[in-house]
Amino acid sequence: MSTESVEILDLDGVNRALTRIAHEIIEKNKGVENLVLIGIRTGGAYLGEQIQRRINDIESVTVPFGSIDITMYRDDLASRGHLAVGQTDIRFNLDGKRVVLVDDVLFTGRTIRAAMDAVMDLGRPQSIQLAILIDRGHRELPIRPDYVGRNLPTSRNEQIKVDFDEQNIPRAIYLLKG
Amino acid sequence: MNFNPKHILGIKDLSAAEIHFILDSAASFKEINSRQIKKVPTLRGKTIVNLFFEASTRTRTSFEIAGKRLSADTINISASSSSVVKGETLEDTAKNIEAMHPDIIVMRHSASGACDYLAQRLKCSVINAGDGTHEHPSQALLDVFTIRQHKEKIEGLTVTIAGDVTHSRVVRSNIYCLTKLGAKVRVAGPRTMLPPGLEKLGCEVYTDLREAIRDVDCIMMLRIQRERQGKTLIPSLREYARFYGLNPENIKLAKPDVIVLHPGPMNRGVEISSQVADGPHNVILDQVENGVAVRMALLYLVSGGEPLQQN
Repeated sequence: MSTESVEILDLDGVNRALTRIAHEIIEKNKGVENLVLIGIRTGGAYLGEQIQRRINDIESVTVPFGSIDITMYRDDLASRGHLAVGQTDIRFNLDGKRVVLVDDVLFTGRTIRAAMDAVMDLGRPQSIQLAILIDRGHRELPIRPDYVGRNLPTSRNEQIKVDFDEQNIPRAIYLLKG
Repeated sequence: MNFNPKHILGIKDLSAAEIHFILDSAASFKEINSRQIKKVPTLRGKTIVNLFFEASTRTRTSFEIAGKRLSADTINISASSSSVVKGETLEDTAKNIEAMHPDIIVMRHSASGACDYLAQRLKCSVINAGDGTHEHPSQALLDVFTIRQHKEKIEGLTVTIAGDVTHSRVVRSNIYCLTKLGAKVRVAGPRTMLPPGLEKLGCEVYTDLREAIRDVDCIMMLRIQRERQGKTLIPSLREYARFYGLNPENIKLAKPDVIVLHPGPMNRGVEISSQVADGPHNVILDQVENGVAVRMALLYLVSGGEPLQQN
């Protein structure tokens, strides 16, 4: 493989971005009342846990956190071999909650569309917001994030890799040029 | 791994890894069944035909609910109301249904091998919902799923299957499934109900139920098929109940945390006493509940398109 890999954010950079996102979530929602975090499996679920921990550090409140698998809601199931379905694990009611969806990379927006449909099937939240570590552009749907770690213009044939350690804590982010 | 089979015809063709993949997928689908809105859009626009040439309530309803919860359109055809009674052959019936472009046919038939026969001739996917005395893969998968739910593993367990082994497709599928996953399988029943060659499938054979269930982790009781051969192979139902029925006395020979399964419908007082059927060891209704999740997984897995090459 002649893939060239460039580090976009190092460990400190990732941590600062997550801490800032946590502050922005609290600020925009004027606290953490009725707030719940839902991470999109798998990367977004790991990041969601980190944001939950940071909100706890700031506000001393543990906001409910769940993870969602969107495979069953994908729009390309007919055209591709079916992917393994993962488990959705949300043990709280979503009715009237402010849901913050968390994902690692925002690209076409199709994953977020699927995630919003999945959330709506589980209840009727008061609002859905979107937190993203890397926004790489190329949107195909009218979707925009509320909280962004880093905007990173990319070309379509590039890839973003979020590197997690054994404890699923994000370590660094790389841009892979194909 | 990923597993995109075209058909599900039997457990015999599946590897241990593929079985575990199906069970893991079923675990993901199970969550949907406890939601308030029990529906996901996964198989929207797909048509599933339940083609049942034999009476069935549980399996057919289970497949129908599984399809509907995945947003597929499910249609039921049963033999008593179909053109079969007018003399149409199986192939003609199937070809006619295929002309209406279903994506999946779920079939039960009294002839062993009927599903393989159709799978070779049709373009759509075929799922075997029981063919003669051959296989009943979705039943074995839901049994194993239920055992895994209660015991957290399959490998190393000892499972006794007791009853009319000769005429049971459930047994055959379960023997394949359990042995592939590393369980020890014992089969028990009167000699007239035990086919020769069971040892070759890797199980131990018992004619004494009490010996067969000593220290086992799971007991699977089979139905005496009163409407079929059941009557001629045993002197009487009362005698069968006495020697091969599971009751509060003989169940004490098994491990204290033994679980009891039954594929249904039960003959209370024959192969299983009411005290056991309703007792603390029974997981019979868990089996029914898990059946929907397992069948959702099967419908999902067979209806994938051609796998795209990654990247």
